Amino acid sequence: MDSGIKFRNDGHVKEMQAPKKKFDLLIKLLKASLTTTNGRQEPSHNGFSEGDRAMAQNRVSPDIQAGRLPADQYADNFDDLHAPFDRHEAVVEADRCYFCYDAPCQTACPTSIDIPMFIRQISTGNANGAAKTIFDQNILGGMCARVCPTETLCEEVCVREAAEGKPVKIGQLQRYATDHFLETVEQHPYERAAPTGKTVAIVGAGPAGLSCAHALARNGHEVTIFEAREKAGGLNEHGIAAYKTTDNFAQSEVDFITDIGGIAIRNGTALGRDVTLDDLVANHDAVFLGMGLPGVNDLGLDGDDADNCIDAVAYIEKLRQTDDLSALPVGRNIVVIGGGMTAIDVAVQTKLLGAETVTICYRRGQEQMNASEYEQEVAQTHGVTIRHWLQPQALVRNDDGDVTGITLEYTAMNGKLSGTGETVTLDADQVFKAIGQKPVEGLFGGVSLDLSGGRIFTDDDRRTSHDKVWAGGDCVAGGEDLTVVAVEDGKIAAASIHKRLTG
Amino acid sequence: MADLHTNFLGVSSPNPFWLASAPPTDKQYNVERAFEAGWGGVVWKTLGEAGPPVVNVNGPRYGAIWGPDRRLLGLNNIELITDRDLEVNLREIETVKKNWPDRAMIVSLMVPCEEDPWKNILASVAQTGADAVELNFGCPHGMSERGMGSAVGQVPEYIEMVARWCKQHSDLPVIVKLTPNITDIRKPAEAARRGGADAVSLINTINSIVSVDLDNFAPEPTIDGKGSHGGYCGPAVKPIALSMVSEIARNPETHGMPISGIGGIQTWRDAAEYIALGCGTVQVCTAAMTYGFKIVQEMIAGLEAWMDEKGHATIEDFRGMAVPNVTDWQYLNLNYVTKARINQDLCISCGRCHIACEDTSHQAITNMVDGVRKFEVIDEECVGCNLCVNVCPVDDCITMEQISGTDPRTGKPIDPDYGNWTEHPNNPSVQREAAE
Repeated sequence: MDSGIKFRNDGHVKEMQAPKKKFDLLIKLLKASLTTTNGRQEPSHNGFSEGDRAMAQNRVSPDIQAGRLPADQYADNFDDLHAPFDRHEAVVEADRCYFCYDAPCQTACPTSIDIPMFIRQISTGNANGAAKTIFDQNILGGMCARVCPTETLCEEVCVREAAEGKPVKIGQLQRYATDHFLETVEQHPYERAAPTGKTVAIVGAGPAGLSCAHALARNGHEVTIFEAREKAGGLNEHGIAAYKTTDNFAQSEVDFITDIGGIAIRNGTALGRDVTLDDLVANHDAVFLGMGLPGVNDLGLDGDDADNCIDAVAYIEKLRQTDDLSALPVGRNIVVIGGGMTAIDVAVQTKLLGAETVTICYRRGQEQMNASEYEQEVAQTHGVTIRHWLQPQALVRNDDGDVTGITLEYTAMNGKLSGTGETVTLDADQVFKAIGQKPVEGLFGGVSLDLSGGRIFTDDDRRTSHDKVWAGGDCVAGGEDLTVVAVEDGKIAAASIHKRLTG
Repeated sequence: MADLHTNFLGVSSPNPFWLASAPPTDKQYNVERAFEAGWGGVVWKTLGEAGPPVVNVNGPRYGAIWGPDRRLLGLNNIELITDRDLEVNLREIETVKKNWPDRAMIVSLMVPCEEDPWKNILASVAQTGADAVELNFGCPHGMSERGMGSAVGQVPEYIEMVARWCKQHSDLPVIVKLTPNITDIRKPAEAARRGGADAVSLINTINSIVSVDLDNFAPEPTIDGKGSHGGYCGPAVKPIALSMVSEIARNPETHGMPISGIGGIQTWRDAAEYIALGCGTVQVCTAAMTYGFKIVQEMIAGLEAWMDEKGHATIEDFRGMAVPNVTDWQYLNLNYVTKARINQDLCISCGRCHIACEDTSHQAITNMVDGVRKFEVIDEECVGCNLCVNVCPVDDCITMEQISGTDPRTGKPIDPDYGNWTEHPNNPSVQREAAE
C-alpha cells in the first residue's frame, strides 16, 4: 500500500481539494485509510475487537516519516513560544508590579529571587542591574525565565493575579533582564575568590551541577564536572521543548556560567562507566551528585521495546540535538502516555513536526496532571487532544512487531485508582512513554548512599549519608523535579560544601 | 438633566470647560476643532503688541514627567506667546466668534507694562467681537525676562496699575491671570481687585526643570546643550492650584471675586472640585494636549451625571460649596478620632500598607496573623494618619473610620464634642492665658 503513504502525508489534504474525478481512487483509498487509522472499535472483553486483530494483521508498517511540513515551516514552528519582550513591553509590564512587601512571588520562587527589586530595576532603566539581582540568587536565571512553570510558582501568587486575574509576567521580565545582560555585557558578573586549593567533583552538568559548580568556583574552589553526554546542560540542553529555549541558549548559558573560571567540564564521562564514585571521593575534597534520572519508566507491556514505542525524553533529546528538524521522522498518529511536562513537550513538538493527530492519555484526571493548566492549554491550542482516566493495557502490533496502536483501559477512583474493564483502542504510529524517569541502579560502586524511594536521600543542606558527598536535582528524594529546584539544590549544596571545606 | 451653562462676567458658555491660553488655542483651525468637539470656550493664545512677532526656539519646547505606563503627570514648556502676526490672530478671532457665537471667546494679552500698548491692543481686540480679555501676568519664562508675564504678576502694584488701565480703556470684562511663582497668592489677587479687574484666573505655570539629561548634564528640554526653566502644568500641579484658588475664595479681601480655575484638570471630577472651591469656569490645556479635544466629552458627560446624581440642577447649585470647609489647621477638630479599616475581601495582600506603616510611620499594621500573611490594623498603634489608604493600590480597600468611646491608642475617652488647638491644654497660648 505504497499509495497509502501518500495519503498520510500532510500535504495530502490540499490534494483532496483538487477536482473530484482526478482523485476518485485516492478518495476511496483515503476512506479506507481513515477507517483503519482513525476508526474507534467497540471494546471486547479482552480489549481487542475482532476488527482490531484483522486490521493489525493487514496493516502496513506504521506511518513514520520525516519532512511532513514545507521546509520553511520548521523554523516558524520551533521559534520562541512567546516572543521575548522588547524594551517598551518590558517597561509597561514592569510598571504593573506593586513592589510588594515580603513579596509572595519571591517566597514562591525556589531560588528566592528578589523579584520586586529586579522588576523595579527594569522600570528604572537598569536592566543589567536587574539581571544581576536575578543571578545573585539563580545563576541559571536565563533558563529559568524560559522553562519555569511560573504559572504555578511566582506568577500564581502575584497579587495582581488576586487583584485582576492577570499576574505580572515575571518570567518574561526575567528573560528580558537576563537576555539584556548576556547581550550587552562581556564581563562575567562575579569575581572568583582567591584559590582555596580545594577540589570538588560534580557529576552531571545539568542545572543542579552547573549551579553548584558556579557557586563553588566563585568561592575559589576548583571544580570538575563529569558529564555523561557529549554536551553540558542536562535537561536544559536535551530534555526541554525546543520552542522554550531557542538559539542554542542552553549552551550559551553553560558558557556564561563557566566564564567565571575554575570549572572544567569533562563531557562523555559517565559515572559508573568512565569514573567511579569511589575514585571521585578519593581524589576530591567533596563530591556533588547531580546526574538526574537517567532511566525511563516502561509501560510494562509486551512491545515496550518496539522501535516505535519510544522513550519521550530520548526523542526530545534527538529533536533538540538535530541540525535539521525536517529530517526527524515523526508518526502520523501519535499517542503519548503520561501527564507531566515531558508528555506535553513531546506531544506539542510532534504536532509541530507535522503529526496529524496527537493524543495524550493520562491515567488520572485533569487536576492530577503534573503538567500545569497552562502547559495543558499550550498543548490544546497546538491541537493536542488530552484524554484522562485511561491507562495503557496493551500495545497493538503488526506481524513485524511494530506498534500500530494502543489499547487503554478506562480508570476510576474507587478509594484507589483502578481499571473499569472498559477499553478503547487508539491507532498509533508512534507511542511515546512519558511516565516518569527513574534512577539507574549500581552507579555508586563501593560507596554506600542512603536512598529514599530509589532516589538519594539528603538533608536540608543537600548532604547525603556519605560525609564527602552532596547531591541535588532530580536524583535526590523530595522536591519537585524542576530546573529551578535543581538550581537551588546546587546552590544550597555549594554553600554547605564551602562551609565544610573552609571551616 | 443638569444644565452646565455658565455665565461668567456676563460671558455665557454652554459648559464650564474652556481651553486655556496655550498652543491649542493659537489659531482658527485648532479652536474650531475644539468647538466642534464641544468645548464651551477658549482663551485665545496670548497676543503681543503689533510689529514683528516673537520668535520661539526651534528645538524642543516641552518636557515632562510620567507615572507608571508613561502616563503624563506633569508637562513643562518654554514656548512663548503667539508667534503669529497680530493681524492674523485678530482676524481669526473675529471669524471664529462669528462662526461660534454661543461659545466664550476670551483673548489673552501680554504687552509691555506701559499704558499705550495696553490701550492700543484693547481697542484692536474689542473690534473682533471677543467676549473678554485675560491679562497674562503669569508666564514664567522668556517674556518675564523682558518685563512681562510673571515679572508683572509678581509685583502687585503693577497688576493693579495694568488692570486699572484695562478697565479704563475697554468695556470688555478683564480677567487677571495669576502666576503661582509668588509666596502669597492673595496679594496679587487683591491687587487685581483693587485695580478693578472683574475676575482672576489661576494658576499659570510653575517655574520648573522637569529633568536633567544625565549624559549631557543639561536641563530638559535641551536646546543645543543648554536648558532653561520652563512653565510646569498638568495633573501634578492640581493640588497647588486648588490650594491657591481656595486661598483667594476664602480671603475676605477677594471673597466672591469670580475665579476661572486652571491647573491639571483632566476629568469632570477635577473640574467639579475647582467649581466646589468657587470657580465659575475651568480652563484646561495639558489634558487636551495629551489626549486631544475629545476628552471634553467625558468631562461634560461625567459632570452631568454627577450633578444629576447629587441633584444639582446648575453649576451655581454647588459652586463654592467647599469654600466654607477650608479652614486653618488650628480649627480642625482634635476630638475626631479615626482608625484605618482594611477590607479583607478586597485586600490583595501586597503588604504596602504594612511596610509603609512599619518603616515610616506607627507600626500599626500587621504582616502576619497566626502565622498567615495578613494585614490588620492595630488600633492601639494607629494614629489614623491615612498613609495606608494612600499607598494601597486597591481603591476603597482601606478606609478611615471614626471611632467613639475610648481611643485604644491613648486609653483615654474620646470627647464627643468639637475641640481644637486654640483651646487645647498643650497650646502654650492657652496655658499662658490660664496662668494670667
